[in-house]
Amino acid sequence: MSYFRIVALVAGKDLRTELRSREQALSLFVFALLILVVFNFAFDFTIIDFQALGPGILWVAFIFSGVLALNHSFRIEREQDRIEGILMAPIDRSAFYLGKVLATVLFMAAVEAVLVPLAAILFNQVLSARLGMMLLALILNTIGFAAVGTLFAAVTTQTRRSEVLLPILLFPAAVPIALAAVRTTSHILAGRPFPHYAHWVYMSAAYDLVFLAAAVLLFDYALQE
Amino acid sequence: MVETERLARRYGGLAALDGLDLRIGRGESILLLGPNGAGKSTLLRTLATLLRPSDGRLRLFGADPSTSDRAALRRRVGLLSHHTFLYDHLTAEENLDFYGRLYGLRPAEGELRGALVEVALDDRRSEQVRTFSRGMQQRLAIARAFLHRPELLLLDEPFTGLDRQGADQLQAMLRDRIHAGATSVLATHDFPSALPLATRVVILAAGRAVIDRPTAGLDAAGLEEVYRRATRGAANAARAMTRTGS
Repeated sequence: MSYFRIVALVAGKDLRTELRSREQALSLFVFALLILVVFNFAFDFTIIDFQALGPGILWVAFIFSGVLALNHSFRIEREQDRIEGILMAPIDRSAFYLGKVLATVLFMAAVEAVLVPLAAILFNQVLSARLGMMLLALILNTIGFAAVGTLFAAVTTQTRRSEVLLPILLFPAAVPIALAAVRTTSHILAGRPFPHYAHWVYMSAAYDLVFLAAAVLLFDYALQE
Repeated sequence: MVETERLARRYGGLAALDGLDLRIGRGESILLLGPNGAGKSTLLRTLATLLRPSDGRLRLFGADPSTSDRAALRRRVGLLSHHTFLYDHLTAEENLDFYGRLYGLRPAEGELRGALVEVALDDRRSEQVRTFSRGMQQRLAIARAFLHRPELLLLDEPFTGLDRQGADQLQAMLRDRIHAGATSVLATHDFPSALPLATRVVILAAGRAVIDRPTAGLDAAGLEEVYRRATRGAANAARAMTRTGS
């Protein structure tokens, strides 16, 4: 079976399992929504400029939802030792990694698809003119976070306290992508032209490439006992 | 087919396998016995290339797994573990399809049906695994482990959760595979179910093989007696070593 078919097989299995169990969908959406609502009450956006705080609030919601999605995704593999069933298969393990990244990106994208329009309504923002760049920022930064998150989730999945350990290891490594995401979103919301924030977009793209390439090379080691 | 030489596997300071020498030829059917903690599951997981030996030498199909193409070796091995590896929210058919594709098979519907018929789950093929009893899940796990027709079968307590009919089905399936030339290593505490399938019995104690003999001429009661003496002898030796501090 070709490499990319394995990627699609693993991602398809995760999506199918989630669509049937709906174990994490509800918690992801409710959690992300709560963050928005809490910040909405915590700050008076009639006084504070949303463009200053809003991007940070949005990305806190996306990243925390991403951590939940990653923990859930690898908890399923840990239960019943399913991860050993995968490790026993004669596949390139990086294909399993990319499948997990793809599934995480899709879960996070689903949350973003609901949260971004909702935030625009809640905080009275007009996104239609900046939709293309907003989509680019969401896609690039979500891929970057899922790439690094999946690698660390695989490393921690064989430890006893994996759900606690994952954020501790992941957040420091995700600082560059979180920073780039917030800064890019902030510039887009302020309606600035692309050259003003092009370096942040390039940084996100470079981060994606570096972490995806490094993880593809290292994933076999990450899963070894 | 399988060759271990002074094979050791340690977890921290604890030696689960402690200098194990074992040779298993093609077509042999090994019954692996031993008390809890003797190293049976560790041996199976090491042979499955899921664990790296801490010391000693392992050769699978004539190759050293640490230096050769492990994916190619894994393709030839089937592992039935304590856990089923099955996904609760996928149907029986989807689980087999998923694992089959991971092994590079493109299981046609008929082929999957055949595997499900063999474990008497054909009529439940479209139901999610979470609705299955433990015995049914075990039968599906057996179908999963056998799906890619492995040359080396590693079975850890395969009779767990099976009723008499399920145990008979598993015996028949194993007999078929063994007659077709497969090699098997079966770890269990269920002597009567496993003995008719085995050509050789290996008893482990404290990570070493204390008995390694053909099963010819042994009945269940005889094996029970051999097992009792071997494990009692090993336990006495371990106690003596602890007393002398060696």
